Amino acid sequence: MIVTEGVEGLFMQPLTLNSKRSARFKKTIAITVMMLPGAIWLLVIRYLPMIGVVMAFQNHRPYVPNPGFWGNIINSPFVGLRNFQFIFFGDRAWNMIFNTIAYNAFFIVLTTVLGVALAILITEIGSKFFAKLYQTLMFFPFFISWVVASYFVFAFLEPTFGLLAHVREWYMDPTGWPVILTSAHLWKTLGYTCIVYVAAIAGIDQGMYEAAAIDGASKWKQVWHITIPTIKPMIIILNILAVGRIIMADFGLFWNVTMDSGPLQRATEVFDTYVYRVMISNVAGAMDFATAAGLFQSIIGFICIMGANAIVRKINPENSLF
Amino acid sequence: MAGRKKFRINKVSRASEALFHVIVGGFALICIIPFVFIIIIAFTGAESLRTIGYSFFPAEVTMVNFNAAFELGDQLWRSFYNSIFITFIGTFLSLLIAIMYAYGLYRTGYPLKKFFTILMFFTMLFGGGLVPFVIVIRNLLNLGDTIWAMIVPMLMAPFNVIILRTFYKTCIPESLLDAANIDGCGEFRTLFSIVVPLAKPGIATIGLLTAIGFWNDWWHALLFVRDRSLIPLQFLLMEMQRNMEFIRRNITMIGAENINFADLPTQGLRMALAVIIVVPIAFAYPFFQRYIISGMTIGAVKE
Repeated sequence: MIVTEGVEGLFMQPLTLNSKRSARFKKTIAITVMMLPGAIWLLVIRYLPMIGVVMAFQNHRPYVPNPGFWGNIINSPFVGLRNFQFIFFGDRAWNMIFNTIAYNAFFIVLTTVLGVALAILITEIGSKFFAKLYQTLMFFPFFISWVVASYFVFAFLEPTFGLLAHVREWYMDPTGWPVILTSAHLWKTLGYTCIVYVAAIAGIDQGMYEAAAIDGASKWKQVWHITIPTIKPMIIILNILAVGRIIMADFGLFWNVTMDSGPLQRATEVFDTYVYRVMISNVAGAMDFATAAGLFQSIIGFICIMGANAIVRKINPENSLF
Repeated sequence: MAGRKKFRINKVSRASEALFHVIVGGFALICIIPFVFIIIIAFTGAESLRTIGYSFFPAEVTMVNFNAAFELGDQLWRSFYNSIFITFIGTFLSLLIAIMYAYGLYRTGYPLKKFFTILMFFTMLFGGGLVPFVIVIRNLLNLGDTIWAMIVPMLMAPFNVIILRTFYKTCIPESLLDAANIDGCGEFRTLFSIVVPLAKPGIATIGLLTAIGFWNDWWHALLFVRDRSLIPLQFLLMEMQRNMEFIRRNITMIGAENINFADLPTQGLRMALAVIIVVPIAFAYPFFQRYIISGMTIGAVKE
């Protein structure tokens, strides 16, 4: 009887504040349930490793009575900043930090300049068919893995059969690798960047160009005074992101394209390959050193993106990322 | 004809346009020439390789390399199966997560929206680094040497969630959902029977990006998988090349007599394998790239 009453009561109830509130509560619960899989993933895969960085300050070792993620962290002794000594030891660390930043700086400048230039050229091509065709072709490398892309490079540099084999023993000689890696990076990402800019340019009101042309503005002037200023927010956002990642390297590029060749390391070792190499090495405490290096990288990266964003926000709040 | 002429107002001169064709077209060609080149190498016979090396115009064209690739038998099929399994299951699960998470970030009147936005956004700015991540997957979740080690780490991509959220925002009027609510439609039904059908292009976009990400992944296999029956195609290809290079570099140390050259995969065979990996992407590519471009341009709009 009570049950029936309850159900009836629910149907009979007029739309009071109370029922509205309970409907909203139900909605909140339902949506929160939807968020759970993603939230749990973020907590476990992204946030737990952030707790794991305490290893960087520890002499991390398995806790024998109860080895495991938490047991090891709680029971390993702290050693202060000892694991960060790698930064001050020898040129190897400084060399790879320099490489990482230098490569990324080159990548950022070239991708932006060439990407915008290509995008402008594409929009000036009258034939829709060719404009689409070119975009289709140049977007293709974006979908190729670095493993396969390294085969593409290999076909040119391979020591016995490669097209450029006669020039030098490419995989033994660091000369030329900055150019090769920069080209490989541009080959893979320029099409993507270019298409993002093409989309931004396509959004510009054609009337502005026509008005400018009637007033006698040349193409150059139109590009300079209409196109560039309009896509500036897009350029700035992509560059904030890129500057924020200036200390992060594309592992696949530097690991696969170089075939992880030892003699090239002076010119091709970057932060991510360095951390990986330290991690898999069998030296005592290697995991701690690698954690310290990774934490150092994350902190610098965080400072860079916050810094870049703060600077942009100061100049023009509308262009900042957050 | 008059109409045509009018169109050339405010266009660059024909000579400049021709120059643009050369520059842009040249770059476009550079983008696919390496692919064409390895296809040619994959079809090149051993004799032609020995005499003129890699060439765009081989003296001898054969299917031998592809036959050899398919004769790799077990390992090839296993890896092929692994790649397909990882791609399908991974894409399905990550789409499910993204569709639901993006919904919460989009729905007005959801009080925890800000919290979940920050929860996700912060991970795009800061991370724990490689080693703690490896330890979490291997020691805490015990996923080392399982196929899930190559699926779980990529189940969520914050950037894709943002694209989808923006897509919902621009394409679905919220009033529609409120109307559904008033009609007694719960949030789950609203999402899956109203939002999802309307957001199909956006879902297709991130679905394709995700699928390609899974298909192309070798990194998580490198980190977590030693069991040869679990490795995906990309990793198989990478490993073959690495082993060949290692042997070549250390041939004087190992001693040539200790190597059975007949057992080593030939150059042509490896190139054929690279072609086999790219073919699914290359064929599907012209169809899906339009989706991705449109999805990206909508998703790239800043809030």
